[in-house]
Amino acid sequence: MTRSASGSLPQYVLQRVLLVIPMIWVILTLVFVVLRVAPGDPVSAALGGRLNAEALEQRREALGLNEPLIHQYWDYLSSVFRLDFGTTFSDNQPVLHVIRDNGGATLSLTLASFVVALVVGIPLGMVAGRYRDSVGDVVIRLFGILSYAAPIFFIGFLLQVYVAQPLGLPTSGMASPITVFTVQPVTHILLIDVFLSGDATAIGDVLEHLLLPALTLGLLICGVFIRLVRVNILQTTQADYVEAAEARGISRGRVTRKHAFRNALVPVITVIGLQFALLLGGAVLTESTFNWPGLGQKLVEYINDRDYGAVQGIITIFAVAVVLISLLVDIVNALVDPRVRY
Amino acid sequence: MRGVLKLLAKPFTDTVGLARWMLVIGVVITAAFIVCAVFAPWLAPYGFAQSAVDGTRFPKAGAPSGEHWFGTDRLFFDVLSRVIWGARTAIEVVILSILFCVVIGVPLGLVSGYFGGWPDRILVLVMDAIFAFPSFLLAIVFSFLLTGLFGGSVLAVALSLTAIYIPQYFRVVRNTTVSAKEATYVEAARAIGASDGVIMRRYLFGNVVQSVPVLATLNAADAILTLAGLGFLGLGIQSTDAAEWGHDLNRALADAGAGIWWTGLYPGLAIVLLVTGLTLVGEGLNETLNPTLRRRRLLPVVMPARESTTEEAR
Repeated sequence: MTRSASGSLPQYVLQRVLLVIPMIWVILTLVFVVLRVAPGDPVSAALGGRLNAEALEQRREALGLNEPLIHQYWDYLSSVFRLDFGTTFSDNQPVLHVIRDNGGATLSLTLASFVVALVVGIPLGMVAGRYRDSVGDVVIRLFGILSYAAPIFFIGFLLQVYVAQPLGLPTSGMASPITVFTVQPVTHILLIDVFLSGDATAIGDVLEHLLLPALTLGLLICGVFIRLVRVNILQTTQADYVEAAEARGISRGRVTRKHAFRNALVPVITVIGLQFALLLGGAVLTESTFNWPGLGQKLVEYINDRDYGAVQGIITIFAVAVVLISLLVDIVNALVDPRVRY
Repeated sequence: MRGVLKLLAKPFTDTVGLARWMLVIGVVITAAFIVCAVFAPWLAPYGFAQSAVDGTRFPKAGAPSGEHWFGTDRLFFDVLSRVIWGARTAIEVVILSILFCVVIGVPLGLVSGYFGGWPDRILVLVMDAIFAFPSFLLAIVFSFLLTGLFGGSVLAVALSLTAIYIPQYFRVVRNTTVSAKEATYVEAARAIGASDGVIMRRYLFGNVVQSVPVLATLNAADAILTLAGLGFLGLGIQSTDAAEWGHDLNRALADAGAGIWWTGLYPGLAIVLLVTGLTLVGEGLNETLNPTLRRRRLLPVVMPARESTTEEAR
């Protein structure tokens, strides 16, 4: 990076956007290679036994699987740029429809768990960092480690046995069938649609279904926030400007809140971006645990069907989403902290 | 021998208070699981896929009892035995994958960072792309491929874990190499005529692998979770080939509604304990090795008696 290119925000953004292109290309190539070197014929793996040899051959021809690999590769790359993510082999529908029908569920789950993680994680991390080595610090750090160490499906299992069962909370799906049936689909995201409908019982039903999955996934990431905020508070409270503020007679608590905390937050924004990747992985497991009709659940179903088309399409979309979010986070970071641009 | 012992004891003697306790507890927990893994055939009361003894079937989903301390599951398997055998599977997979990571990642990073040029740039790009991708999803994709090639074996899962952790080793070693190769001692080595191979092996290697132990321990913790996650989704090791905690939890989930808690609780606790142990070791090592966090033990300083002042006072 040359000195003239640094400093100005538009230039930084442009540079960062240009970097995204090779990144996406590498990931797409990787996905393509990994799924194509897998042994066996994808079409008979997905549909074998359900169609006769002639129909299988027709399907293969239609999907372009008889063409040379390099053609298939080119077709794949160019169709991704046209935002066409292919079709599934087993039930022969556009991957985009799968995304539309199931993406909303994943989105509402991940956003809700982010809220849980931030609300629980940041205050706990601040307390632990502020009172280093106190009993509170030990307990909070232990909680942080445990929440990271416990697999999602184990927390889900415990919540189902010890919370959902005694309280009679639902443990499967996004809503009761009656709610799904009555709410008008406007955005295809049930959580939004139900609020648009204004039906109080339906809203309650959806939130009741959301509670345990969001808590489960939220606890996973909140551990990361606790550690991060704690370490950053530790490091910033050792900084000179904090000492200077203290020397001016400002109380310890005020220094932590007003001076240290703001600077400790910058890495948190970066990590929110990185956590998004962890969150997607966690979402797959949470959806599986709570039978949540999201993309992750769909992905696992397609994998068990050995449906290459669907797996390739869904993974591609995840990859593009992750790269774009990290781009967004970097830009936000550059806006907040001018040092990042250099 | 004494040198090795001293090196091993260094993280303990260097730390104080909480950090030291965390390290000790972590080592104890991890060691306990390694003992379980090594001595599983002697420690476990039954085999991991054994559903009867002397021709009598175990109870189906029987509650914990004197015969079966942790109860039995729906497939008539003894839960305690599966938890102990599960330790063996987990440790096997983790050791294999960390071994592959170190054997491939460290030399790759060293050579790539040392020679630079376009191969280095391409490798960095590929590794960054892998690193940016959600690791669990990548593990799913790789195990999709590898279980197709090798079946649901320990090797297939270990290789999928290797694929997702390698970029970290590559990055760490490469970046330290890039900065270390400009150091004066490397220049001096080159001046006395050392070849590139010798410089990398004798001069750089020892300096760039310093952060690998911390990375390996933290990765080991993560690997246990990824392994269990794959098993939970049914993409890992099959339950008749080996005992695997994640897969057992998946089967236990179906019983959660019926109030059968023992089939899920114990494998889950095993995962939590082992991951916690490894994380504590990793964090403890990090606190001793990372200078920004380190708090060294203060050695008591004995001041000489202040004779002169007492004489003046007199």
